[in-house]
Amino acid sequence: MSETYDSETGGAGSHPEDGARAEGGLGTHAGSGSGSGSGSGAGILLEGLTKRYPGSREPAVDNVHMEIKPGETVILVGPSGCGKSTTLKMINRLIEPSSGRIRIGDEDVTDIDPVKLRRKVGYAIQSSGLFPHMTVAENIALVPKMVGWSKSRVKDRVEEMLDLVGLDPREFHGRYPRQLSGGQQQRVGVARALAADPPVLLMDEPFGAVDPITRDHLQDELIRLQHELHKTIVFVTHDFDEAIKLGDRIAVLREQSHIAQFDTPEAILTNPADDFVSGFVGAGAALKRLNLTRVREVEIADFPTVTVEDPLQSIFNKLRSGPHNELLMLDRRNRPYKWLRRGDLMRAKGSLARAGQLVHDTVTRDATLRDALEAVLTDSGGRVAVTGRRGEYIGVVDMETLMNSVHEMLEADRLAAFEHQHEQAELLTDPQDRRGEQDERGQQLEDGAEV
Amino acid sequence: MSSPAQEERRADEPDAKTPPLWEEEEEPTPPPTGPKRRITWRKLVTVPAVVLIVLLLTWLYISNVQLDSIARNSLEGGNVPLRLRQHIELTAISTFWVLIIALPLGTALTRRGLRKAAPVVTAIANVGQAAPAIGLLALLVIWLGIGQSTAITGMVLYAILPVLANTVAGLRAIDPNLVEASKGIGMSARATLARVELPLAVPLILAGVRTALVLNVGTATLATFGGGGGLGDLITSGIQTQRMPVLVVGSVLTVCLALIVDWLASLVEVMLTPRGLEEK
Repeated sequence: MSETYDSETGGAGSHPEDGARAEGGLGTHAGSGSGSGSGSGAGILLEGLTKRYPGSREPAVDNVHMEIKPGETVILVGPSGCGKSTTLKMINRLIEPSSGRIRIGDEDVTDIDPVKLRRKVGYAIQSSGLFPHMTVAENIALVPKMVGWSKSRVKDRVEEMLDLVGLDPREFHGRYPRQLSGGQQQRVGVARALAADPPVLLMDEPFGAVDPITRDHLQDELIRLQHELHKTIVFVTHDFDEAIKLGDRIAVLREQSHIAQFDTPEAILTNPADDFVSGFVGAGAALKRLNLTRVREVEIADFPTVTVEDPLQSIFNKLRSGPHNELLMLDRRNRPYKWLRRGDLMRAKGSLARAGQLVHDTVTRDATLRDALEAVLTDSGGRVAVTGRRGEYIGVVDMETLMNSVHEMLEADRLAAFEHQHEQAELLTDPQDRRGEQDERGQQLEDGAEV
Repeated sequence: MSSPAQEERRADEPDAKTPPLWEEEEEPTPPPTGPKRRITWRKLVTVPAVVLIVLLLTWLYISNVQLDSIARNSLEGGNVPLRLRQHIELTAISTFWVLIIALPLGTALTRRGLRKAAPVVTAIANVGQAAPAIGLLALLVIWLGIGQSTAITGMVLYAILPVLANTVAGLRAIDPNLVEASKGIGMSARATLARVELPLAVPLILAGVRTALVLNVGTATLATFGGGGGLGDLITSGIQTQRMPVLVVGSVLTVCLALIVDWLASLVEVMLTPRGLEEK
């Protein structure tokens, strides 16, 4: 089946970039497949992967089929003991599968030397797994040294990796793991996993042992990293919110790693396949959906503004003539400063310094809608100013905008999910035609057709 | 969740949120200390000073008592240095064999194939130590005849247990996550053992070696019964001929040797313990 994903290298002919883009379009996340630089991800294909432990009747992992696209972040999520970790460890064969095949990229890795396999697959685990008797630099250098990189190249790589995970190389280079905080250790753990530039990264609840604030940061950091690197990431967690935040696609697993649903976060939130999934998604799917959308994706309204340097008279005029009976006053650097209502100036006896309400919360265009909602709810006027990179005013989002866009989103998700289900049903009823149909779809995509 | 959004968000956010967090994160990290720490003056000086004083007092005592011909026979003519050298040889050779046997054996007993055999082997080693050393030596003399090698065999059997038990315990105490991490990043089983497991087990293994060394200095006094020589010769002849000075020289030298050996071992221990494992 891998030929569907070969478009990066050969399938697209003279337009390799188009090919890559079309491939990304197969998932709903446009960004996921676009990496075609060196060291970016390779697809993973699991075929009938099964693990039976001697002495137990039921297999621990039963017949898992999964196809992971190059550059995609797939989250395996499920209750404890559902076999998600076992499934992950079978990909780098820390646990040898009882039956089934594993393909990474074009290679069937089921029977190759596991040591060789693991050097091509990054591995990061809970509580970092750093070796306490080696310095940060030695830990990171391990795999590059093993695969035979030259000394100077390893040295440069260590610096680069520390930089990449946001640690100052000069400061952290010679430290021992126990001299680091949990979050820093985890960063180094990720740096070590990525050091030899493996196309695939396996992460086994890597952020499970750090406090919630640090975890949040590490997640953001991973999103940023992934955006730069386009690795194929398989990530195990039991935290569904983490799954939504990080995943291009999420596989919700029930016992024995049976896949209850394998789909985009949006689709799982709006259209859980069954009671098990909806139970796992938990309450507040609509609220969680807000986490998936950024302010830039909704309509940002204009709002009448004045600056602190405007003469008083023109501010009066604007207040009186505007559609709202309110103004947003900007400071000298165009940043939102005060909300000014019609009566405010009167009450403050014409003193601009005392009039109005200070803007206490703004959101950037890259904030999630959830952040925006939070700000809107706490604001007395029911709106929040949106700012750009340097804090300059861009526009305003209010309650109504939020509500409308959430409704639209949910509606669109529902439609998409319905279509998707329809497709899947077709595929399932016609297994013989499956390959042909996919090829056809791939062809269409390469030709630039919309899904 | 469009991708440029993520990137820019990361670029924006640190200004707002990160600084306080960074401070918090960096708190538990003292600046890396230079190569000072490790061996303190007190550790370096105390034991040798005590040993020197004891030796000096003994020398004063010996040079002030009247030695008759029997005592002189035992203490003069290079007999004391000879016995001391024999003693050190016995200790060194037996410890060498203990390491050669116990370290690989202990390591092997923690590998997958032999893990089940560990209790059996440890039980056998236990018998070696539980049996009185002198009894063991007597049995060996009956079996192997008199000589230095017999004495050494007895000492080795006697001292294997601490090293073996500590090697097994040290390797078992390693967080299985670390071993898995090491395999997971692509280290072979041998590399995992050499670069992760053994270094991490070093503190416990060395503690076992130190115990074995000190034990060996003690049991080497019994070598005289197997014809192995050593300071035990002085002690026994001192007792048999009822010559106090001979007995004193023999036992004082044994004690001082034990102290010095233990002191040296403690220095080696400090030097060989990987730096990341030291307690802060």
